[in-house]
Amino acid sequence: MNADRTAHDEATQSAPVPVFRARGAGKQFGGDRKSTPMRALEPFDLDVHRGEFVTLIGPSGCGKSTLLRMLAGLTTPSEGTLHWWGGEFATIGAAGRRLVFVFQHPTLMPWTRVLANVRLPLDLAGTARGEANTAATRALDQVGLRGFENHYPRAMSGGMQMRVSIARALVTEPDLLLMDEPFGALDEISRNKLDGELLEWWRAQGQTIVFVTHSIYEAVFLSTRVLVMSARPGRILREVPIDEPYPRDDAFRGSERFSACCRELFALLGEASHGAQANARQGAQT
Amino acid sequence: MNTRLSRILLPLAIGVLVVSAWHGLVTVYEIPRYIMPGPSDVAQTLAQDWELLAHSLLITLRVTVMALLLAVIAGTLIAFLFVQSRWVEMSLFPYAVLLQVTPIVAIAPLVIIWVKDASIALVLCATIVAIFPVISNTTLGLRSVDPGLLDLFRMNKASRLQILLRLRIPGALPYFFGGLRIASGMALIGAVVAEFVAGTGGSGAGLAYLILQSGLQLNVPRLFAALFLITLTGVALFVIMVALSRLALGKWHESELLPEA
Repeated sequence: MNADRTAHDEATQSAPVPVFRARGAGKQFGGDRKSTPMRALEPFDLDVHRGEFVTLIGPSGCGKSTLLRMLAGLTTPSEGTLHWWGGEFATIGAAGRRLVFVFQHPTLMPWTRVLANVRLPLDLAGTARGEANTAATRALDQVGLRGFENHYPRAMSGGMQMRVSIARALVTEPDLLLMDEPFGALDEISRNKLDGELLEWWRAQGQTIVFVTHSIYEAVFLSTRVLVMSARPGRILREVPIDEPYPRDDAFRGSERFSACCRELFALLGEASHGAQANARQGAQT
Repeated sequence: MNTRLSRILLPLAIGVLVVSAWHGLVTVYEIPRYIMPGPSDVAQTLAQDWELLAHSLLITLRVTVMALLLAVIAGTLIAFLFVQSRWVEMSLFPYAVLLQVTPIVAIAPLVIIWVKDASIALVLCATIVAIFPVISNTTLGLRSVDPGLLDLFRMNKASRLQILLRLRIPGALPYFFGGLRIASGMALIGAVVAEFVAGTGGSGAGLAYLILQSGLQLNVPRLFAALFLITLTGVALFVIMVALSRLALGKWHESELLPEA
């Protein structure tokens, strides 16, 4: 209640309300009588602003997926507060905001055709069939899959399935897009191509994107801001802004500026994993 | 030789070989018809006693199909009940197993005593035999939901009913059809066994009773003919189930996809 009022006050006083705000939010699993507590994420503060492209990067076990799932409302923090557009998670829909999650795997329903897969969020919301079909066709067109409406997912390549998954995310015209290593399973060529297209969609639509990746190159290419995380305990180690104007293309990938950003992130990630190893050793000794 | 052709030709060749050997042995050793009839004797009996055999076949078939339908309807409903709550499943599942492990021959006399109408008793016995694979497979299928898709549905604020209709049921279909395939065979076995125990004669005599009676009368060719029809029924049911499964899953499920050319 108290937290609510604070957020509300902030919303009315200081102009742009962040799309997402975390204050002292952390996550601990277990800790009941049966299991020893496992800390997945140290308490952290984070503001994500409208139109940003924020990337989370870090070694496995650093809690980046937990953080993203928190943003999606799939995981509740064990302490601290989270606010979306200055309100509680439950109020997102009522405020006319849309938040979508794109999974690591395409996560399509194998028993229905591509069109029905893309239409799913609208179908679940009870949108009229004709209207939903139009929106789904438009979304498919957007990801370059016009003419594949009647294919079954099985008949498509991994990259195309991922495009369907993204079309399904875009169909509701979301304000906040959460992506959990969406192109991690793809080959580098497909990944680079999709990264480029993702930037185009993002720039055209002006949504906010929070993106998890293992790839430093992908993080630098895409983001306005990279959050470097470290493991054991999972925490946000550093924030690295990528000051490169959009549109970004292959020329940026080959530039000195790009390499410099990558070097900086490599160094930070090295630090992150060294820290983790040291902590692990320490943990083993005690 | 291509595999599709050999899949048909090889079993056919074995069949021809066995029937010829059978015919040869019976002729060479002059085995009397009442001990071991030759294939031609069986074929002749099939033609001669067709009216009687067809009548019995219809009765057995009716019991089998009704039992299968009942098992599918009741089994699916029970599976839905099970997935609604772990408590329900925990309390009731042992009894489903109990039903499964108790030999039908042992329960059949009771059912026949309790149920006045003989054909209903037979259907009940066959249902008891056929229902378990439907329950266990469908339950497993309804539970085996892709966790990612479940998250997706929840994030889109899908209702329980929407999750059931759009996610759990389609996802359970491959498991259900696996269960159906087993259940179709079990329903036939149940129908035959129950009839053996019930010994329904007169106009209600199915194939099992015909076998029983033919054995007593040493009418072995007729026994063979009835046996042949039971086997044929079993095979036909299996083929129909496979076709149904292909019809429902052929477009999307791994188990039914033809290897790419």
